Amino acid sequence: MSTASPEVQSTPAEGFGKRPLGKRLVGANTFWIALVLLALIVVFTAMAPNEFATVFTFQTLLIETSVLLVLSVGMTFVIITSGIDLSVGSVLIFAGMVAGKTMEGLSPNGNASTAGWGVIFAGLVAAVVAGTAWGLLNGFLIAVAKIPPLIVTLGTMGAALGAAYLLNNGSDVRSVPRELNTTLGYGTSFGGIPNLVLVAVVITLVCAWLLHTTKFGRYTFAVGSNAEAARRSGIRVTAHLLKIYVLTGFLAGVAGFMSLAYYASTTISAHTTDNLNAIAATVMGGTSLFGGVGSILGTVIGVFIPAVLKKGFNITHVQDFWQMIAVGAVLIAAVWFDQRRRRQRNSR
Amino acid sequence: MSEAILLDAQNLTKYYGSVEALRGASFQARAGEVTALIGDNGAGKSTLVKCLSGAEQPSSGTILLDGEPANLDSPTTARRLGIETVYQDLAVAPELDPAANLFLGRELHRKGILGKLGMLDKAEMRRRAVEEFQRLGVTLQSTDVPIGSLSGGQRQSVAVARSVVWASKVVFMDEPTAALGVVQRERVLDVIKKVRDRGIAVVLISHNMPEVLSVADRIEVLRLGKRVARFKTEDTKLEDLVAAMTGALVQEEAA
Repeated sequence: MSTASPEVQSTPAEGFGKRPLGKRLVGANTFWIALVLLALIVVFTAMAPNEFATVFTFQTLLIETSVLLVLSVGMTFVIITSGIDLSVGSVLIFAGMVAGKTMEGLSPNGNASTAGWGVIFAGLVAAVVAGTAWGLLNGFLIAVAKIPPLIVTLGTMGAALGAAYLLNNGSDVRSVPRELNTTLGYGTSFGGIPNLVLVAVVITLVCAWLLHTTKFGRYTFAVGSNAEAARRSGIRVTAHLLKIYVLTGFLAGVAGFMSLAYYASTTISAHTTDNLNAIAATVMGGTSLFGGVGSILGTVIGVFIPAVLKKGFNITHVQDFWQMIAVGAVLIAAVWFDQRRRRQRNSR
Repeated sequence: MSEAILLDAQNLTKYYGSVEALRGASFQARAGEVTALIGDNGAGKSTLVKCLSGAEQPSSGTILLDGEPANLDSPTTARRLGIETVYQDLAVAPELDPAANLFLGRELHRKGILGKLGMLDKAEMRRRAVEEFQRLGVTLQSTDVPIGSLSGGQRQSVAVARSVVWASKVVFMDEPTAALGVVQRERVLDVIKKVRDRGIAVVLISHNMPEVLSVADRIEVLRLGKRVARFKTEDTKLEDLVAAMTGALVQEEAA
């Protein structure tokens, strides 16, 4: 080697090695946010060991976060491409509404309470198709028509909610098959694991695999990191973005069906801030709003921080409005750290 | 030094509306040599490189690759034929690690059913990336950090490496050292020399005359959309280059 810079003097083996595990951990955003979650659990357990650290608390905690987790996993893909999807909450409501109306329509007298699995399956398909259709619309407007994602999804957020209201004249669908409610909604498997949680876990694992080990995931990071570089490398950026928004719509559709199963109602008013909760969870989990960085594990942790705070405050009799303030602070801190890291890097 | 002309562009013209960017420009690059393409601003260097790398199509003229007429209708076609381009603005994905950048758009899949599902063989890509970087003399402290956290010179070396690893015939480098410091520049020039030694035709576009004289084997000068002079570096002085660029010296046989 003819250059004389210091790095050259190290042997090739160490020059190309991976960093030690400890160093990599400390460098990862996910590690710090995981510590925050762990600290919260430890603190609440110490404050109320008999109430907080129980199987029942964790079971309800997991059930209550399942729907949001599925939304947030989709949001993670979108934010990694440096996009945003404000419409997921409305799409969830719309998909639940379409599923509810479909199941009612297939039942005698428009009451789906006693409907069987055939009708339930039709409802699932309807929810997924409805969610995917909104995703396709978002994706087309963002990737092909090149309208900024913030504006597109702000528009479809209102439109999907309006369409959901129109479907049932502004009221909730309340006749949901009892069979669905008792199996997917409240049922458990494998000795006490709620079915709703199982579904969310499977979806999360599949998406983690998709994001972190496949070409689809690699391209997602590449498009978010530098779309121009990705294009020059022969990656079809437009098609990829379209797929990402379709995936998010699809997951919102599934989440809509899960929510319908759990609440046995479309519960429109309960989901109006789901989009912001999903964005907050994703960003808290270390996914960068500037694109190119993020992980599913981080998002899982990000989903649990607000949930654990809320549960903990409830159990320790602190007014849970504090949770909103605490989550806001953590969110801003997370973005601040991300920006600082970027500035340090870019000044090199 | 070899006499085999790998890339031979003859009498290229290119019009943008009524503007004549190339007026019958010719250009030759030889395997295993660095050919510098120089010229004043507006001489048509960028247009010529775009035509030869498939980004633009010439209005008329022939391009021969290995003696065969080549129809470079898109950058993808050019890449398939073994022609790569290093862009001035370093098109890398800063959040991905060096190995991921090297294999961007050309990922290796795992064997078997998992590979069919799109699963990547990260270990193999990393191993091959380390091999390629070592071969090109690119030194990195670590292969698992985002490329954005590397120094400018290392980042540029990776960007250069990414193109040359895949090039089997010709590499175009448009001002690859423009934004770099002295040490970093030396490092990139070393990479260029290593690429040349692998038998690839390197085309270097640069404004930096001392750099051109130190690394190029041949120099071709464009002026007003035409080739006005060709030099062999060993018997060329800086003054000759400047004279050719400004129009004070014209070799009749060069056009």
